[in-house]
Amino acid sequence: MSTPQDWTPPTSTDSHPGHDHVVAGLKGTDEGGADLVQLLTPEGERVPDPRFDAYAADVDVEMLKNLYRDLVLVRRFDREGNALQRQGQLGIWVPLLGQEAAQIGAGRAMAPQDMAFPSYREHGVAWTRGVDPTDLLGIFRGTDHGSWDPKATGFHLYTIVIGNQCLNATGYAMGQKFEGRVGGDDAEATICFFGDGATSQGDVHEGFVWAAVYDAPVVFYCQNNQWAISEPTERQTRVPLYKRAQGYGFDGIRVDGNDVIACLAVTRWALEECRTGNGPVLIEAFTYRMDAHTTSDDPTRYRLADELELWKLKDPIERVRVHLVRSLGVEPEFFDGVQADADALAARFRQHCVDMPAPAADRIFSEVYADGSPAVDAQREAFLAYHASFEGV
Amino acid sequence: MAVLTMAKAINDGLRAAMERDPKVLVMGEDVGKLGGVFRVTDGLQKDFGEQRVLDTPLAESGIIGTAVGLAIRGFRPVCEIQFDGFVFPGYDQIVSQLAKLHFRSQGKVPMPVVVRIPFGGGIGAVEHHSESPEALFAHVAGLKVVACSNPVDAYWMIQQAIASDDPVIFFEPKRRYWEKAEVDVTAEPQPLHTSRVARPGSSLSIAGYGPVLKTCLDAAEAAVADGHDIEVIDLRTLSPLDLGPVFDSVRRTGRLVVVAEAPSETSVAAEVCARVQQECFHSLEAPVLRVTGFDTPYPPSKCEEDYLPDLDRVLDAVDRSMGW
Ligand SMILES: Cc1ncc(C[n+]2csc(CCOP(=O)(O)OP(=O)(O)O)c2C)c(N)n1
Repeated sequence: MSTPQDWTPPTSTDSHPGHDHVVAGLKGTDEGGADLVQLLTPEGERVPDPRFDAYAADVDVEMLKNLYRDLVLVRRFDREGNALQRQGQLGIWVPLLGQEAAQIGAGRAMAPQDMAFPSYREHGVAWTRGVDPTDLLGIFRGTDHGSWDPKATGFHLYTIVIGNQCLNATGYAMGQKFEGRVGGDDAEATICFFGDGATSQGDVHEGFVWAAVYDAPVVFYCQNNQWAISEPTERQTRVPLYKRAQGYGFDGIRVDGNDVIACLAVTRWALEECRTGNGPVLIEAFTYRMDAHTTSDDPTRYRLADELELWKLKDPIERVRVHLVRSLGVEPEFFDGVQADADALAARFRQHCVDMPAPAADRIFSEVYADGSPAVDAQREAFLAYHASFEGV
Repeated sequence: MAVLTMAKAINDGLRAAMERDPKVLVMGEDVGKLGGVFRVTDGLQKDFGEQRVLDTPLAESGIIGTAVGLAIRGFRPVCEIQFDGFVFPGYDQIVSQLAKLHFRSQGKVPMPVVVRIPFGGGIGAVEHHSESPEALFAHVAGLKVVACSNPVDAYWMIQQAIASDDPVIFFEPKRRYWEKAEVDVTAEPQPLHTSRVARPGSSLSIAGYGPVLKTCLDAAEAAVADGHDIEVIDLRTLSPLDLGPVFDSVRRTGRLVVVAEAPSETSVAAEVCARVQQECFHSLEAPVLRVTGFDTPYPPSKCEEDYLPDLDRVLDAVDRSMGW
């Protein structure tokens, strides 16, 4: 046992690394500067990019209107999720506010045959994969662990244990490669979503190693929303996250995660790299979580309101709207129509939530094993008999 | 005497241990500014600084593995794992290093590390937030495993765990964090590795630990109406198990019901049953019964009322035992 006299610890509470403290390496949250891929500025101005314009060449008025619609509808049901939690209809909600462009851009870049491995905040990606938003509710209401079919949708179940899915995604991508689905006409790729905090986990690091060693066609899509609950990105890294890829031997790129066109273009490029056998690729979508980590979290304890105000100016939806109006002359009726659709979706979402039946009690025992288990079967029988004993009491 | 919630009692216990020994560190995800997701470490970083309360990168293997290194260097780290289901990325470090270094080094490398794990269900959470993995640790030789059930124990046990030169896996029943009790900080505490009679009685014994202890006490109270006088034993220590008070109790009452949230096969409850039938065979009037979670993954939270041992299931077991 150490004696208190041995040693006096420093009492400073100021060891939080900042510009002054980090002597080597860059501050992890610095904006990418020249490295940040951006095609649509926060002011709604379309700016050229010699490398990625080709991947957004088909983004005409119609397509941009569709992307705008995606963004608005996803934000709308996300807000409804928050409200439902506040009203006691959901146990918890994990908001995506601010990350709509990062998710819609990536999701809309995917081909039907591709596979996505999400974390737990990817409601926007789910939307692009055709998962009905109401299918997300069961997890947060406590009736199931995800009710959609991962195979049919190309969208795996949510993963709550941080970083776990990176190895699973890599393994899946290895399978795509082993089956000869890289390089040909029926080429496939995998995309794996995780946060900036997750990059500290061994599973993510191991995923990078495996993917590199086996040239797996997997895009690692890190949504750097600046916070892992209360911990800023500097608590996870000393260099910008996209730069880590170099150490594993693949490309890393930082995209403006609040720019839906750039996210679409960069992800299309990365998926193409994978399909043609040049993967893996790491994308760091530089964005911001504008709400709490979850409805159980209190961000006022760890971050300043100023920061949020700053990011509101970079809102992913507003810049598209401004571009549609100012540069492309889209009429107000379009926006009214989207608003009406969003309201209808929110109403359907809410109604579905309120109407969801509680699972039957023997849900506890269902599908524990593919081959069944006499022990679990016996417990179910005993449990049902016990329940029946209350009937008529 | 202060009336404290269990969360505050642990916070006070941590503070007392940190004041006593500057080599006690608190480390984990969000333990600093946020004060932990349950606020158990609230205010500690403000008062002890960032080198004693470490907001670590988000990696459990990293948290445990570096704590092992810090302990080799003479520190006494207290690691916080945010929820039961997130300890597994750190399980390799716990099993391979933390549990074995003292033995491998034949005592030259003690491991005074505490791993705090909020455990158990009943808070309506999503998956991986409600598990009871204690048997996975109790089965690992070289670890000590304890579970507190009330603020008084929480206050003392955390300090005793920190003072121990052995690694202690410290289970905190998260659904009891907000329950209050008077804590006398001047009293003489119970030793860490002993069980305790929480309610004396003569007609049947119930043994439990952690979150279900309150359920057991409530059941004992409810059973008075049926003329039963139930003794409740809080196991407190799961490895090593202190079954002396359980044996004594069963020798007097002849009946035992063991209650736990964890699945039942190869569990701590299973171990209690086996040892009691071995030691108390001639005193038993009825088979030892178990009321536990089922041998299934923890279900979606809308099913947890059916999954968790509740008052009715405990009373049902009491009836079955008494009716034998
Ligand atoms: C292995 C593991 N440890 C801890 C947690 C608790 N936890 C849930 S989310 C989170 C922060 C994640 O941050 P990040 O990876 O940046 O993703 P974000 O939530 O910001 O999208 C933590 C610590 C967890 N889910 N899994």
